[in-house]
Amino acid sequence: MLQVENLTVYYQTLKGQVRALENASFTLADGEIMGLAGESGCGKTTLGHSLIHLSPPMTHIGGRVLLNGQELPLADMQKMDAYRFNEISIIPQYAMNAMNPIRKIGQMTEELLRAKKADVKTVMAALKDRLEMVKLPQEVLGLYPIELSGGMKQRMVMVLSTLLDPELLIADEITSALDVASQKAVSEMLVEFRDQHCCNSVIFITHDISILYQIADSILIMYAGQLAEKASTETIIHNPRHPYTRLLISALPEIGVRYSDKRLTGIPGKTPLLLNPPQGCRFRERCPLAFEKCAEVPPFVEIEPGHSVACWKEGSADA
Amino acid sequence: MRKYFGRKLLIYLLTFFLAVTIDWLIPRFMPGNPVANMLARVSVNSTAASVMQEYYTHLFGLDLPLWQQYLNFWANLLRGDLGISAYLFPKPVTQVLMNAIPYDVALLLPAILLSWLAGNNFGAVAARSKWLDNTVSPIGYILTATPYMWLGILLAWFFGIILDVFPIAGAYSFSLSPTLSWKFIGDVLLHWFLPFFSLFMVQFGGWAIGMRNMIIYELEADYSHYLEALGAPRSLIRRYAFNNAVLPQLSGLALQLGVIVAGALVTEVVFSYPGIGYLLLAAIQNQDYFLIQGCFLFIIIGVLLANFVIDIVYVLVDPRTRRGMTGEAA
Amino acid sequence: MKALKQKNEFLYFALRNRKLQIGLGVILFFVLLAAFGPLLTDYEPFDYVNPTGPVAPSSKYWLGTTFFGQDVFTQVVMGLRATFLIAILGSGIATLVGMLLGFLAGYRGGILDEIINVLTNIVLVIPTMAVLLIIAAYLQVRSLTMESILIGLTAWPWAARAIRAQTFSLRTRDFVDMARMSGESSFKIIFSEIAPNMMSYLVMTFILQFGGAILNAATLDFIGLGPTNAISLGLIMQYSMMWGALQFGMWWWFVPPGLAITLIVGALYSMNVGLDEVFNPKLREM
Ligand SMILES: Nc1ncnc2c1ncn2[C@@H]1O[C@H](COP(=O)(O)OP(=O)(O)O)[C@@H](O)[C@H]1O
Ligand code: SF4
Ligand SMILES: [Mg+2]
Repeated sequence: MLQVENLTVYYQTLKGQVRALENASFTLADGEIMGLAGESGCGKTTLGHSLIHLSPPMTHIGGRVLLNGQELPLADMQKMDAYRFNEISIIPQYAMNAMNPIRKIGQMTEELLRAKKADVKTVMAALKDRLEMVKLPQEVLGLYPIELSGGMKQRMVMVLSTLLDPELLIADEITSALDVASQKAVSEMLVEFRDQHCCNSVIFITHDISILYQIADSILIMYAGQLAEKASTETIIHNPRHPYTRLLISALPEIGVRYSDKRLTGIPGKTPLLLNPPQGCRFRERCPLAFEKCAEVPPFVEIEPGHSVACWKEGSADA
Repeated sequence: MRKYFGRKLLIYLLTFFLAVTIDWLIPRFMPGNPVANMLARVSVNSTAASVMQEYYTHLFGLDLPLWQQYLNFWANLLRGDLGISAYLFPKPVTQVLMNAIPYDVALLLPAILLSWLAGNNFGAVAARSKWLDNTVSPIGYILTATPYMWLGILLAWFFGIILDVFPIAGAYSFSLSPTLSWKFIGDVLLHWFLPFFSLFMVQFGGWAIGMRNMIIYELEADYSHYLEALGAPRSLIRRYAFNNAVLPQLSGLALQLGVIVAGALVTEVVFSYPGIGYLLLAAIQNQDYFLIQGCFLFIIIGVLLANFVIDIVYVLVDPRTRRGMTGEAA
Repeated sequence: MKALKQKNEFLYFALRNRKLQIGLGVILFFVLLAAFGPLLTDYEPFDYVNPTGPVAPSSKYWLGTTFFGQDVFTQVVMGLRATFLIAILGSGIATLVGMLLGFLAGYRGGILDEIINVLTNIVLVIPTMAVLLIIAAYLQVRSLTMESILIGLTAWPWAARAIRAQTFSLRTRDFVDMARMSGESSFKIIFSEIAPNMMSYLVMTFILQFGGAILNAATLDFIGLGPTNAISLGLIMQYSMMWGALQFGMWWWFVPPGLAITLIVGALYSMNVGLDEVFNPKLREM
């Protein structure tokens, strides 16, 4: 369904390039919900945005992305418009402020659909059912964003973003601002959306790995702009291979603890700055297993079907 | 919404109260005896002097306790009695001011509205391209930095003296008497244009820059990015940004009123345009204190009214104030 | 350590910012002109140096002479001094009062905030110029200092409002909480924790007040309520209008003072935009 090949995206700043996404390659299957986890600032949002909204100061350095076999014109703001919303959509990290504050929500939705040349009538009818799915009253369409609570806004944006049944939905930290009970409800709604074909595949970005146990089919772990490991949720939890993933999982109080508040910070050391990242494996300074070879960038290789790791101690080093 | 207006009205009432109090207080507690000065000036005209003398004793009622003087002042004010002009004796100040008001309205209303509208639209366009921005912004900054009277003087010099296409003094030619003829109306428009235009230009620069900055800020707002991410056409994103940016520009207009009025005063002085500014200059030069006090009150009342109108418009355009949410209005 | 690094970064961008460079350059030029200009001229501003009355600019009278034969260049450089004096005093007073009220309202909150807020809003609605002129009109003798104080005392609401909002948002930050918990006095917290963190804001407020004071003074002078014992740029323009500079085409009388004001105020605005870009990385051009 989605194929990402060697995708590299930097932020162009006055001080130089922030190397926020380096050589990312992975695939996403039909209907797969992939959790994308990693510490704050490791490039999750960057990866998400690269797939739909690659705008300055982000610059496309290299690599390509195929959606159902078709290459996306990532860096072409105009050409990408045809894919945005229709094929790929996003619930942004800033969902709380994502709606125009001085338009009624319904009115804004209609204007957006009309501007996108969508079939307004049909979609607005479908909108009613979607609102029900996320337990929002129909009346919200007559309200202004400021009149909704944070959780309601979050769900409203979820409905909005998926109105055109996109192939790929990127959900960026949609649970982070919520209390534990709503976190659970919102993630379940997202699964429901997938099951009802309101969207096909999902990239679920979070810095809170425990929330992924429940909903993700697979998990992709990132560290400092590089992919560390991707595997099925089962494997990541019970049989992680990358030293970073292992530390992450063991840092959680108890495997399988649901919606724990434990964040991905229990590892000694600091994440490197991406303005001038260290050569080679960026986890080197904190890695208990680091050795000379780690001065070179470890390739992200498939060590068994559906399980890829970027570490010299695993995969390529053993091979 | 009721709370919003309640609060505004309270502020305006307090402001008016304070302004009237200042108007009463200042002549009484300033060093020297300005009213005596004024009387000394008009004493050339002995009838005027005696009438003024009587009026003055009555109004100031120096034999009365202060609080009673103060109450009397309010009572007179509410009856529309602001005293008698010394310089235009024996005309009552209220009447003198009433004659000047139409000129101020004719000058200020179009200048404010048109410059605000044009400036906002121009600024929004300037925000579109780097090239436009680089040419428009410096001009805008220079225009807002220009003192009103100086732009007036320059325009008068260039169009009035060098090109000699516009008259530079008065509201209409001395040779004409006010009639409803095309000739007269044309003459009035001709006299009106330069003062209007100079007021317009200075404000225009300010609004254009304000809008340019606001819209760039709004285009970076989350809701703009979201629309961009959903591939909404540029026109929709710009329209939303504009609608949002107009709100602070509207409260900005309320805040700028005082400055604009001051600009109008000096512009009228430059063009000898018979509004309140021109009257004020004459009043100051002739030490006509009742007239000065009257001008002060009229300016305050005018600004308060304009503020109130802007508040109403704000509520009409910002749904958040209507829904009882706190809006951005000043 | 971090603060130091940040300062260096600001300096780096400040030295490279065109708008800041241009603004500072123009201001510096006029400050030098005000400081040393009077040394370049042999005349006094009100001396009738040219017996034949008005003449156009020449090597003898650099900016020509007035209707009465006074040297315009001398008047302009002396007027510049007056302008800077009023601007510094007026904007200094306005910024200080604004800081005091803004800090108090923003930091203390509650009823004090309410009262200051109402007061600020009232003074904000009253047209400054109207108050200035009614006071000035009753003063028989008006000095530059008096004018500055009046301007300063009517211009603070802008500053107060802006500073209040900033203080309000800073007051709940960690470092302020920390200071509060360690038992520091409000006064100390405001000046050692809050003020340094909004220095950029205070500087920009002061700059805007500076420009505002210049324009206000020019207006007051032009209406005939300027200083009675000094020359100022606004007064030069007033005299030029009063004595028919327009009708007689004596452009050298009214162009220089207005041009000086426009350039100074424009330079201040330019500096402000430049500083904004330096302090807000988001606005820096890529
Ligand atoms: N607009 C930007 N300009 C420069 N650097 C940025 C920008 N946005 C993010 N970054 C940098 O890119 C890196 C990745 O950020 P992000 O993708 O937002 O992380 P995450 O979503 O995982 O928290 C961070 O180091 C961050 O500092
Ligand atoms: S490549 Fe080296 S440093 Fe990186 S995770 Fe593997 S062992 Fe650690
Ligand atoms: Mg993020």
